[in-house]
Amino acid sequence: MTMDYQNLFTTVQATGPVHHGVELGHGNSPRTGEPLINYWLGKIGNAQLGPIYLGGLGLASLICGLFATTIIGMNMLASVDYNPVQFIRQLFWLSLEPPPPSYGLSIPPLNQGGWWILTGFFLTSSLFLWWARTYRRARELGMGTHVAWAFAAAIWLFLVLGLFRPILMGSWGEAVPYGIFPHLDWTAAFSLRYGNLFYNPFHALSIAFLYGSALLFAMHGATILAVTRYGGEREIEQITDRGTASERAALFWRWTMGFNATMESIHRWAWWFAVLCPLTGGIGILLTGTVVDNWYLWAIKHGVAPPYPQVFTPVVDPALLQGVKP
Amino acid sequence: MKIVLTLLASVFLLAGCERPPMDSVQHGYRGTGMVQVYNPRILEDQAAKNEVPMALPQAGNEGPKASKLYKNVKVLGDLSGGQFTRLMVSMSNWIAPEQSCTYCHNPANFADDSLYTKVVARRMLQMTRQINSEWQAHVADTGVTCYTCHRGQPVPAQVWFTKPDQPYGSNFMGDKAGQNTPDPVVNLSSLPNDPFTPFLLGDLNIRVNGPTPLPSGNRQSIKQAEWTYGLMTHMSNALGVNCTYCHNTRSFQTWEGGPPQRVKAWHGIRMARALNNDYMKSLTDVFPDHRKGELGDVAKINCGTCHQGAYKPLYGVSMLGDFPELKGEPAAKPAQVAKK
Repeated sequence: MTMDYQNLFTTVQATGPVHHGVELGHGNSPRTGEPLINYWLGKIGNAQLGPIYLGGLGLASLICGLFATTIIGMNMLASVDYNPVQFIRQLFWLSLEPPPPSYGLSIPPLNQGGWWILTGFFLTSSLFLWWARTYRRARELGMGTHVAWAFAAAIWLFLVLGLFRPILMGSWGEAVPYGIFPHLDWTAAFSLRYGNLFYNPFHALSIAFLYGSALLFAMHGATILAVTRYGGEREIEQITDRGTASERAALFWRWTMGFNATMESIHRWAWWFAVLCPLTGGIGILLTGTVVDNWYLWAIKHGVAPPYPQVFTPVVDPALLQGVKP
Repeated sequence: MKIVLTLLASVFLLAGCERPPMDSVQHGYRGTGMVQVYNPRILEDQAAKNEVPMALPQAGNEGPKASKLYKNVKVLGDLSGGQFTRLMVSMSNWIAPEQSCTYCHNPANFADDSLYTKVVARRMLQMTRQINSEWQAHVADTGVTCYTCHRGQPVPAQVWFTKPDQPYGSNFMGDKAGQNTPDPVVNLSSLPNDPFTPFLLGDLNIRVNGPTPLPSGNRQSIKQAEWTYGLMTHMSNALGVNCTYCHNTRSFQTWEGGPPQRVKAWHGIRMARALNNDYMKSLTDVFPDHRKGELGDVAKINCGTCHQGAYKPLYGVSMLGDFPELKGEPAAKPAQVAKK
């Protein structure tokens, strides 16, 4: 009995008549596809697949996204001489690079970052269209727009990295390449160039919210699974009609840490932690190079970085010494 | 079954990793992450490759000088015949043990300069003598000999050529911008993989950090930082050390409170740059095409040419003491004013 909740998979699959969804208002296209039940999907989530609502915004977003990924993919393929084997082998290394910094904010030739600008245009359009879609679909279902605004927080970070900050710095070359390893190397180089990003307090906040999100997710998931045998998975009902599951979960946390969230507030905690991660991170990126050039020196100046005892024989920058070989 | 599959998957995922345990050596103030991480199994292999060969017994300096005994002797003419022969035999052991004397010499006439290898060898002797006399800021009294780089091979194991700008694609798409290839030069990262041409042949600015907390005109870009990062990855690889061997974890830029090894490395960069320009480049027309790179340039020196994975070549054992003739006279020219 106790093992039932200790794996990733749903152990109870309730099947019934498939649900087509609520009536849609004027101007909505009909849904696509007859819903079906899939046992294996039911293992990890709801067994019902479909119907899908694509609509004008969704279609436009997919087309823009397709343009962006095709441009990236074709550039990657060309860079390995159209060799499909090398394309797969080197895929994680391949990239579409932003223009060299010498082009500033002008439009460079296609092969010198022009493709990168086109990709940025299509990808940004795709994201905005998809954002509008999440907003509209939520409204059509009579829901709140929490998902759309959480998505907007991620789009904020994307725009800071690829649009706002490069414009403030006066160079597209400051932006992130479209590639798996290349964007990670870019991240490391970003920190190296601007004097160690770990001394950027907004970076620190962003990390706190990132790890905090993971912690909250684990705490909440664990709590609900632990009280499911008392009906704890009916979280929404228990917000207003607190049952023994909610009471026990609350008491557990009061016993172990003296304080507990509620069935409602835990979801607000989680939403804000998740949303604040890219929001604060974006602020940290936007300040880097524009307002602060060297975070280590900034931290020294403001007493953030502590002094450490000297353990090596003191050295002087040889470039400052007269008489050394250049 | 599930457990077996999980184990197999983990083995597969970890197949690219070095197995533990590693040795970590503290190298700075506690708690600051100033450690060197060594894989003792790799070090064992390394140690075997860095054994120093036995030196031939010393020859006396009596008798007529080499310049009198042989024709066409342009360096080391003031050695005795015995000393000169001892060095020639040592060089053949160090550089061409299989081909021996005839790798450089025309067997019919040893004084003949018709083989390109002889012209190169003479220039390399001049280079070695200059390194030992004028680059002590990098090589100290340990010095270098032919063996430091050659290790029994006519061409040192690690040399570099300038890479073509855009090997594939067209003018229209597919430019890798000099990076994004799993290249051993940058430890298989996607960093710019020819950091040598701008920094060890040219003297472009390696430093990317600004001197002030707030912006004050430093226009070095993130892309430039990636090129510097590429060079530093090569150095770390070439010396078998972590970044913190030379750099302070808190700030890679600051010299204050940092390891003194960085000063040696700073001179090393200047040394490699000077040798490439003063010696290797001058041999471009001497080398045959099959010894040159794609762009027709000569093989050049980087940190790995001498270090070959060791923090000090041959782990700091000096061979120069047995071959004092490889140290030239210090130049009389006045010290130059430093620049970045």
